[in-house]
Amino acid sequence: MAQRTVAIGSSVGLHARPAALFVEAAQETGLDVEIGRPGQDAVDATSILGVMALGAKHGEEVVLTADGDGADAALDSLVALLERDLDAEG
Amino acid sequence: MSGETFTGVGVSPGTAAGPVVQVAPPVRPPADEPTPVDAAAATDLVLEAFASVAKDLDARAEAADEHAAPILKATALIARDKGLAKAAGRQVGKGKGPATAIAAAVDEYAAQFEALGGYFAERVTDLRDVGHRAVAAVLGVPAPGVPSLTGPSVIVAEDLAPAETAALDRAKVVAIITAAGGRTSHTAILAAQMGIPAVVQLHGATSIAEGTTVAVDGDSGEVTLEPDMELIEAQRARREALAAALAEVTGNGLTRDGHPVNLLANIGGVDDAVAAGATDVEGVGLFRTEFVYLSAQTMPTVEEQAEVYRKVFEQFPGRRVVVRTLDAGADKPLAFANLGDEENPALGRRGLRLCEAKPELLDSQLEALAVAAKETGADVRVMAPMVATADEAAWFAERVYAHGLPKAGVMVEVPAVALRSKHVLAEVDFASIGTNDLAQYTMAADRMEGELSHLLDPWQPAVLDVVAAACDGADHNGKPIGVCGESAGDPYLALVLAGLGVRSLSMAPSKVPAVRLALSKHTIQQCRQLAHLALEARGAHEAREAVRAAANEELTAIL
Repeated sequence: MAQRTVAIGSSVGLHARPAALFVEAAQETGLDVEIGRPGQDAVDATSILGVMALGAKHGEEVVLTADGDGADAALDSLVALLERDLDAEG
Repeated sequence: MSGETFTGVGVSPGTAAGPVVQVAPPVRPPADEPTPVDAAAATDLVLEAFASVAKDLDARAEAADEHAAPILKATALIARDKGLAKAAGRQVGKGKGPATAIAAAVDEYAAQFEALGGYFAERVTDLRDVGHRAVAAVLGVPAPGVPSLTGPSVIVAEDLAPAETAALDRAKVVAIITAAGGRTSHTAILAAQMGIPAVVQLHGATSIAEGTTVAVDGDSGEVTLEPDMELIEAQRARREALAAALAEVTGNGLTRDGHPVNLLANIGGVDDAVAAGATDVEGVGLFRTEFVYLSAQTMPTVEEQAEVYRKVFEQFPGRRVVVRTLDAGADKPLAFANLGDEENPALGRRGLRLCEAKPELLDSQLEALAVAAKETGADVRVMAPMVATADEAAWFAERVYAHGLPKAGVMVEVPAVALRSKHVLAEVDFASIGTNDLAQYTMAADRMEGELSHLLDPWQPAVLDVVAAACDGADHNGKPIGVCGESAGDPYLALVLAGLGVRSLSMAPSKVPAVRLALSKHTIQQCRQLAHLALEARGAHEAREAVRAAANEELTAIL
């Protein structure tokens, strides 16, 4: 089981466009990726409704977990994505 | 029917003609949908419906422009959501038919999001849109919403959701007509921002046959079915003459004799600021700051707020930015500042009244504004919404100055403040009249009630009387007063407002050129005469007609 902790970089939090970009990237990994607050129940990272309902704000830490081949590399790229201010780009 | 003309309420100026494309209303699942015989097959139907909706949205995203594509893609993600599909599957398991199961699953999620409030409640519209599309797919009927357009089209609907309006293909939609909606509805505001002519409150609009050619006049609110070539040509000639005249006047707002009337932009976020900053407006007359808060579950930190304000202020070096402090309340509840349900939110603890109950909200916003103002060097001025007394104005101004911000002002939305503006303006540096709310409170007519549009007409002489009283009080103190409601963007009303003593007009940036042109054709003395005519009129219609008849002919010929 691979695991990473990362602070949300987007100024509006993990909402709207940033949430959609993250969910798309999680789907592209083809793995079962979960996202949650440290020590709390995680949600399916490929579910846009789940991720939006999580309501992770700017600067807040979230834990990503995944299993299987390439899980470490996949989480590294998702972490890099979450660290960026996705809302400010484009 | 040929040549027949109907009149609605023009909310976004300009003229256009084209074939009607009707936007289908959402379909409901049949009330008597039977329990499926084969639950597995019914579940497959549900999954296929969601998949076809996602595919259709993706295809539309491919064809859409850069603004609409992300919205459509995000909606496609909802259609592909595993949780939603599973919830629908559980409903089938309980014996519901496929269409009913989809609707029930959507209701489940919608209830969760609505309970979260704020930003999440807004996203419910997108979720419901997916549900309506999937129900239509499972029933084999046309998808609701705007169909893909093959050429220039006039979009006709009962009403449009904000997401639908935002996702319209600007290259193909030449005009918008809705049967419902009001002067300050989202459709009206977005259409004006996009520069698409729009008419709302056109009764019977949804019964106009698909493909009928209509001519739309977004100024007068007139819609003509099967117009003759003469009308279409006349509209075209007027458009071209207007475009030529608009291109001739640029820069600061000035009357013909050089009296300045500052032309400013209304903005509600960083995107608006970037767009407005690129035009030759003299600054921002109304920066609505609610978006900073509505997406948050806990109060944003000072640094988080300052980061957003910085991005806005950076767009206006050397220009003014008038910031309205948080205008939230019972109808726009904040997760972290909810004072409980109110019977009558429009008359409740909203705007500055909420900040009086929770002063820490206002203090953190003022601190963030001061930080961002200092770092960017913008000419930042701060004003409070929903002020009703001189005491409230003084309370607010003291807090603004305490944070090192140089200029404090009040919004004039409550008639009480307009009537007492001599005393209120003595406490602050400036005032700005919010004509939408001022009309609502003067005429005792709910802004959201489309059926009362005629009472909310900013030409209502009673509203103009209240504006005149506010201007007199400001003049008594030698303090500047502006207008930042939709009425500032009506070129004829802009002349009246200038004549009443208003020194700045703030509006959707697309409306600035026509107002600049109108001012350039009249002296300040002529504006005062037009204001006199409007105040002497018996009703809203008479006021508008009297001013149009007396205005400069070069202007009336092309507007």
